[in-house]
Order: sequence, then C-alpha cells, then structure tokens
Amino acid sequence: MPTLHDILTLLPELYLVAAVCLILLLDAFMKPAQRPQLHWISIAVLLVAIYLVVAGQPEQTATAFNGMFVRDHMAEILKVFALGLTAVVFVYARPYMIDRKLFGGEFYSLMIFAVLGVMVLVSAGNLVTIYLGLALLSLSSYALVALNRDALLPPEAAIKYFVLSALASGMLLYGMSMVYGASGMGGTPTLDLAQLHGVMAYTTAPKLLLLGLIFMLVGIGFELGVAPFHMWLPDVYHGAPTPVTTFIGAVSKLAAFGLAWRLLEVGMGDLSRYWQPMLAALATASLVLGNLVAIVQTNFKRMMAYSTISHMGYVLLGLSAATPEGYSAALFYVICYALMSAAAFGVMLVLTRAGFECEEISDFKGLNQKAPWMAFLMLLAMFSLAGVPPLFGFWAKVLVLEAAIHADMLWLAIVGIVAAFIGLYYYLYVIKVMYFDTAEEGAVVEVKADTSLRVVLSVNALALLALGLYWGPLLAWCQRAFGV
Amino acid sequence: MFTHLLSLLIWLPIVGAVPVLLAGSARPMLARWLALLITIATFVISLWLLRYDPNGSVMQMQETHVWIATWGVHFTLAVDGISVALILMTTFVGILVIGGAWKVIQNRPHQYMACMLLLEGLLIGVFCATDALVFYAFFEAVLIPMYILIGMWGGPRRVYATLKLFIYTFTGSVFMLIALLYLYQKAHTFDLATLAALPLTMKEQAWLFFGFLIAFAIKVPMVPVHTWLPDAHVEAPTGGSVWLAAVMLKIGTYGMVRFILPITPDAGAHFAWIVIVLSLVAIIYIGYVALVQEDMKKLVAYSSVAHMGFVTLGIFMAFMLVREGGNTEMASLGMQGAMVQMISHGFVSGAMFTCIGVMYDRTHTRQIKDYGGVINMMPWFGFFYVLFAMANCGLPGTSGFVGEFMVILASFSASPWIALFATFTLIIGAGYTLWLVKRVLWGPVTTEHVRHMTPMTARETWVLIGFAVAVLIIGVWPQPLVHLMDSSVAHLVQQLAVHKI
Repeated sequence: MPTLHDILTLLPELYLVAAVCLILLLDAFMKPAQRPQLHWISIAVLLVAIYLVVAGQPEQTATAFNGMFVRDHMAEILKVFALGLTAVVFVYARPYMIDRKLFGGEFYSLMIFAVLGVMVLVSAGNLVTIYLGLALLSLSSYALVALNRDALLPPEAAIKYFVLSALASGMLLYGMSMVYGASGMGGTPTLDLAQLHGVMAYTTAPKLLLLGLIFMLVGIGFELGVAPFHMWLPDVYHGAPTPVTTFIGAVSKLAAFGLAWRLLEVGMGDLSRYWQPMLAALATASLVLGNLVAIVQTNFKRMMAYSTISHMGYVLLGLSAATPEGYSAALFYVICYALMSAAAFGVMLVLTRAGFECEEISDFKGLNQKAPWMAFLMLLAMFSLAGVPPLFGFWAKVLVLEAAIHADMLWLAIVGIVAAFIGLYYYLYVIKVMYFDTAEEGAVVEVKADTSLRVVLSVNALALLALGLYWGPLLAWCQRAFGV
Repeated sequence: MFTHLLSLLIWLPIVGAVPVLLAGSARPMLARWLALLITIATFVISLWLLRYDPNGSVMQMQETHVWIATWGVHFTLAVDGISVALILMTTFVGILVIGGAWKVIQNRPHQYMACMLLLEGLLIGVFCATDALVFYAFFEAVLIPMYILIGMWGGPRRVYATLKLFIYTFTGSVFMLIALLYLYQKAHTFDLATLAALPLTMKEQAWLFFGFLIAFAIKVPMVPVHTWLPDAHVEAPTGGSVWLAAVMLKIGTYGMVRFILPITPDAGAHFAWIVIVLSLVAIIYIGYVALVQEDMKKLVAYSSVAHMGFVTLGIFMAFMLVREGGNTEMASLGMQGAMVQMISHGFVSGAMFTCIGVMYDRTHTRQIKDYGGVINMMPWFGFFYVLFAMANCGLPGTSGFVGEFMVILASFSASPWIALFATFTLIIGAGYTLWLVKRVLWGPVTTEHVRHMTPMTARETWVLIGFAVAVLIIGVWPQPLVHLMDSSVAHLVQQLAVHKI
C-alpha cells in the first residue's frame, strides 16, 4: 500500500494526472465557443504544477515506492524547466493551431501527458520507471507529430519517428534486461538504479553487463539525437507541426538529459571508465556531423535539427567528463539549449500564418525591414546558439569545455571549439538573410501574433541576454543538484 | 559617481543605445541627436580619467563586482596609463564617428547609431577589464555590432567581407578561450594579476603563447592573417572603417600587452623573433602592396597593417632587449613607442578613412583613377588631407613621427639590421601616401566625378578639425601622453624581466 509519504512525494505528478483528466472531460463537455478557454486552463495547470514542484521540494533527496521514484534537486530543475517551457510552447502554439484548425483538447492533453512522462522519467529510480516515463513521453509525442493528419509530411514523420523510436526503445529494454541479468549472476537480480551502481564489483558476468551498457547507450543516443543515432531527428523536426517541433526541441531534450544521467551516473556510474570514451566518440561524431550538415540546409527546421545534433554533442562533452562539475555543466547546457531553441522556433511561429509555413531560411529575407523587433529576437537566439559572448549560449559552452578540460580531455574540448566555428557560419547566415537581404516581392513576411505570444517570446529571447549577463544563480542551482 | 567611473563609461553608451533604437526610423533626427549627446557625455565623463596619477600605483580606479561567485568570475575593472590613453581616444573618436555619419546614413539611421554606441561601450570595456573572462566577453561581443554594421550599411560585397571578418576573428579568439580555460584549471580564477603570477613550465607557456598569439595576431592583424582587413575596410561604411582602424585593431595589440607579456614572458621572449620577422614583413611587404592599390580605402587599409606592424615590432623588440641585453631603458623606449603609435594610428587612420568618406559621399567612387585635382574644388579639404597624409607617412611634427621614431631607435640598439628594415617604412610610406595625394588632390580636374564635388560642409570640417587637433597635439607635444603611460610601460617592462621557469 502506498503510504502518505509516497503520495506526497509524488504529488506534482498525481496532480498532473488529475488535471489532464479534467482537461479531457472539459474538452468533451465544453461548448465550442468556450473551448478557447482550454488554453488558459492548461497554462494554469502547468503553472500550479511548477509551484507544487518547487514548494514541495524536500531538502534531502526523497524516494517513494521503495526507491522506484526519486525526488531530488536535479529532477526539480528539469521539471521546472520542462513545465515552464511547455507552458511557453502553449503560448507560442495558439495562433498556429487556430490557423490550422488543430486547436483543441487533444493537443493540450497530449502535451501534458508528454510532460508528465518527462517528470516520471527524470525522477526514475528504477529501470522500470525509466521505461514507463519514456513510453509515456514517446507515445504522446508520436501522436503529437501526427496531429495534422491531413497534411503530407506529418504522418510520414510520425511513422519514421515511431519505427525508429520503437527500435531504440527495444535496444534500451534489451540492454536493461542484460544488466538485470548480469546483476543476478553473483547476487540478487535488481532493477533498482542505486543498487545497480555497485554491480560490477560482484557480478560474475561482467561482459554481459558491458554489453547491456552498450545497448542502453544506443537508446540514450537515440533519445538525445546524437550521431550516429540521429537519423530520425531532421525528418521529425521538419515534418511535425512547428509547435510540436518546439516541444521536441526544447522539452524532450531536458528529458533525454535526465535519462542519460539516471542511467549512466546513478545506475552505471561504476562503469564510467567504459562509457566515458564511448560518449566522447558520440560527442565528436555529433559535433562534426551536426555542424557540417547544417551548413547545407535551406530549410530552417532542418537546419535547427542538425544544430540540435551538434548541441547535444556539447551536452555529451559535459556528461563524458563524468564528474559533478561535468554533469552540472551539461545540465546548464541543456537548459540553455532548450531556451534558445524555444526562442528560435517561437520567432518562426510568429511569422507563420494560415497557408504559409515560414520554414525556409529564405522566408526570413528582409525581416529587419518589416519586423525589426522579431528580427532582433531572432538575432539574439542565433548569436546565442553560435556561442558569441555575452549571450547565454557562450557561457554554457565555456562551462562544458571547462569540464572537458578538467577531465583531461583537452582534445575533445578542441573538437568542440573547432565545431563551434564551423557552426558559426550557418547561424550567421540566418542573421545575414534577416538583416542584409531585402525582402523579395511576393515573399510576404507578416507578423501576426497575439499579445501574449509577443510578450512571452520577448521574455524568452531577452532571457538569453539577461542570463548571459548574469548566469550565476542558475549555475549555482545546477551545481547544487550534483552537490558541487 | 567616480567610484564607478569605469562602469559608467562602459554602460552609458551601451544602455544609451536602447533609447536611440527606440527613437525609431520615424524620428531619425531625434536618434542622431540622442546618439551625439550620449557620445559627448561619454567623452566628457571620460575626461575624469585624467585624474589617473602616473606616479601612483599602476592599476587605478579599481572596481570589483562579484559576477559569478560559483565560478570565481568577478566583474573587475581598472585602468593604467595605457588604458586611459586608449579610452580617451575611443571616446573622442566616438563623437567624430557619429558626427561623420550624420546625414550620410539615410537607411535606418537609428540602428546605425545604436550600433555605433554599442561598439563604443564594448571597446571601452575591453580596455578596462582586468578579469580575463570579462575581457574575452567584451573582446568577442565587439564582433556583433561590427558584423551588423558592415553587413547592413556596407558596399556591394559586404556580406562576404563581414562574414570573413567574423569567422576570422572568432576563430582566432576561440584559441584564446582554450588557453584561458587551461589557465583557469591551474589558478581557479580569471583574475589577470593572479594569472600573471602563475608559475608555468616552458611547454605550457609555449602552447598558451600561441593560443593568445593566434587570437591577437588576427585582430591586429599581422601578416599572414591580415587578409580580412582590406575586405572589411573596403566594404564597411565610413563609420565602420573608422572604428575598425582607429580602435578595433588596437584591442589586438592591447591584448598582447595584457596577456602574452605578463602570462607567458619566457615563451614570448623565446618566440619573439617570429613576431619580429612577421612585423618586418608587414612593414615592408605590405607597404609595397599598399603602393599598387587602386582603391583608396584598400590603400589605407594596407597602410594600417604596415603601421600596426610597428606596434607589434615595438612590443616584441622589448622582449628581445630585456632578455638578451638586459637593456630595460631601450626596451621601455620601444614599448613606449609602440603605445604612442597605437594612439597615433588611431587618430591618423581614423582621419584618413573619414577623408575618404567625405570624397566618397560626393562621388560614390573610391577608385584613385576617378580623382584628380580635388584641391580645386575643395581647398580646405585638401589642407586636411595633406595634413593627415603627412602624419600617415610619419612627418615630424605629426603624431605619426613620434611612435615610429621611438620604435626605430629602440630596435637600433638591439640590431641595426632590424632598424634598417624598419626604416624602410619611411620611404615606402612616403611613397604610397604622397603618390596617393598627388593622384587625388593635385593636377587639373579631369573627371566628371570631381567636377561635381562641393566644398566641405561645416559638420565635416568640424569632424576633421577634431582629428587634426589630436594629430598635431601628439605630434608637437607628446610629453603628456608619454608621461601618462610612462610608469605603466615601466611596469610592463619589469614584468618582462621576470623568469617564470
């Protein structure tokens, strides 16, 4: 029987389950005229969830259900940003969804289910909980990608996503079963991450354990979208409705970081000398491939997809350091990336309207003439993604590079640096198109956004500047999560 | 107010850019006046820097604000004599740049003015940062307004030029970042004074030296990484060229003095010959390259590379003099000359680019062959042009002479051969500058372009008077400037003598 302690520890998640049921009911019983209210209700639900996460956070790490569920500082940070960014995505999505007649309860409920999956995933203390959270997140994401089912690209993207993701999940499960098996040879079999931590010491089947680790790494690589497990990412980014792309780009990456940390450090921390070089190799591949391929993209969403691949390479740079400093740097980076990509997609959503998908880079031509403020916000996002000081993205890069150097991986830091200036080219290209080119006749750039969207987008993009000038508290928060 | 003088100088133009931007395209005159008032205010406030006491401690007017406590990064600012001189030059040039672009920029003037203010604030930041990471942030952030400036208001090949500028200089700087992060590993701080005191092995110093050298050599720019500069200059609008030549190049040599010199003195002395050779190549070879240019801006751009060669020569000559002969007196002279040359080149090249801008606004061509007999149409302009040309080739009585003379004198005591090669600049420089003057100013009016030139407006005259005053004061009476920097230079030379191994 769950105790009161279990329930209280799980309160934000339980609350979210209840809230999403309420939204589904409301959606079913609301009159069409009232349905727009769902938007604000959903945002309010998320904000209350943030409050519950922050307010109910125990000083010490708390566990529930015999360690199945862990509530610690790392989970808290990821949950706050996941919930907050989902709320931001809702604001960004509204005009787009109304224009495309996709506005409705299913969008909101699926999104909240997905973010619930994120919350379960990042709090997992057990392999089963990890899989549970991952499944909840992925299943909701498939449906979200296919939301615009009458269009050409989304169903295709959803199928690609589904097939590849199922394969990756299979790999992850397979790896988990091997690890479970290996833990049973020479001891009691366990799925608990904390108990798995010392398994190398007693297992009689170390090879099986390592094989399991490799399979799990494949699963992690897929979720992060790092090369060579990145193939799904450009197609899904391109094919999904832009608000969903924003969600996958921002919130899912937070979850993937949580997944990677729980599995690698909490579960397999003992094996860090094995997974460190593997992560370093994945990081190198992602940094090089992501940045090189992004250069030739003409579609903004695809460019952002390849840029994501390279940014996840930087996250791996921090993770592969396998030190608390490295983890906090990687966490800092993934939060930074989530904010940057949300801002970039946000500007894109502002420029999109019925019958016109603003997704080619050339659609931004002459944006500064028509909408200087939007161009400026995009400029901030691009310079931040490129890692130019004093913007937020620069400091995130400095921290992961420092972590890599600290872990005696100077070569990896140099790869990261070289990748940064390859990447510079395509971010500058976007700015060039916005500021230096004149808009073509006919290629109408029209800014159509409600006030809430404008305000939230401005706050989002200006946060990149503000956090660039003052990133101390956020770093301290991230460091506290790993006890630095 | 004066406890936060340096912060004020940095943030006044940067924050001031916001209202200028908000003044909007609908009220361009308001944006222009606001920008001008802000630059004048910045200049006036910067005059308080003259309270710097050359006989006191080296670093003065210190400010420390905790920035990122968990990472040991402090927002620390302080100035020595060299910084004071460079900041005063920056704030002064700031006014002239805004004045020079007054009516010329018709397309989105508010954004142009905001970029100018942003540049000014960031450049001042570079000159007062005493925390390496703060320095780096300002050093890199300068690229953002510069990129926009050239890309939006530049010439036909502006996109190519601005991308080249950004990628070249950004690439160089990231090597510096790696070097800084490495130093952070050892010292757990970015404080420059602490980093300077850090013991380092020769191998470490060598790596760090090249990390820093790549970053700063691209910015200066030294041969062979100078190729972005002519492109950037040719495509930049006048104001952009002035900032670029007058101040932005100086942050490269300033960085050498602040980073290479105190942090890696042994490696610096060991590899000084590389920099000296490259400087001589810049002085002679690039001088010849300037000689054959057909575009006025390109000519002055190449002459900038040659003149900056003098600055790097002076700095690294000092290494050689201290380490090989123990001749601190001559080393100080060379370093002093390099610093004076930095200030002087700021005014002279700024003035040259402004002059070219004045002609370009009337004719919309920069090709030398399109000119001839300009003096007939614009006599006063001819007066200024000749004055700045003379300063550019180092005529005594102008600022150009002082620095070059000191550097040559110092290098003579190290090696007469180096001095001989360096002296070539006087001949080549006179060659390309006088030939330029001859082809542009003198002779009969032969082209339609020139025939339609109108005399200078009062605004243009005032801007050129501003430059002329600076050039002449430093040329005739350099003593206050030299005195201002004297103890700081002596301190630098002392640091050179410290063996870290």
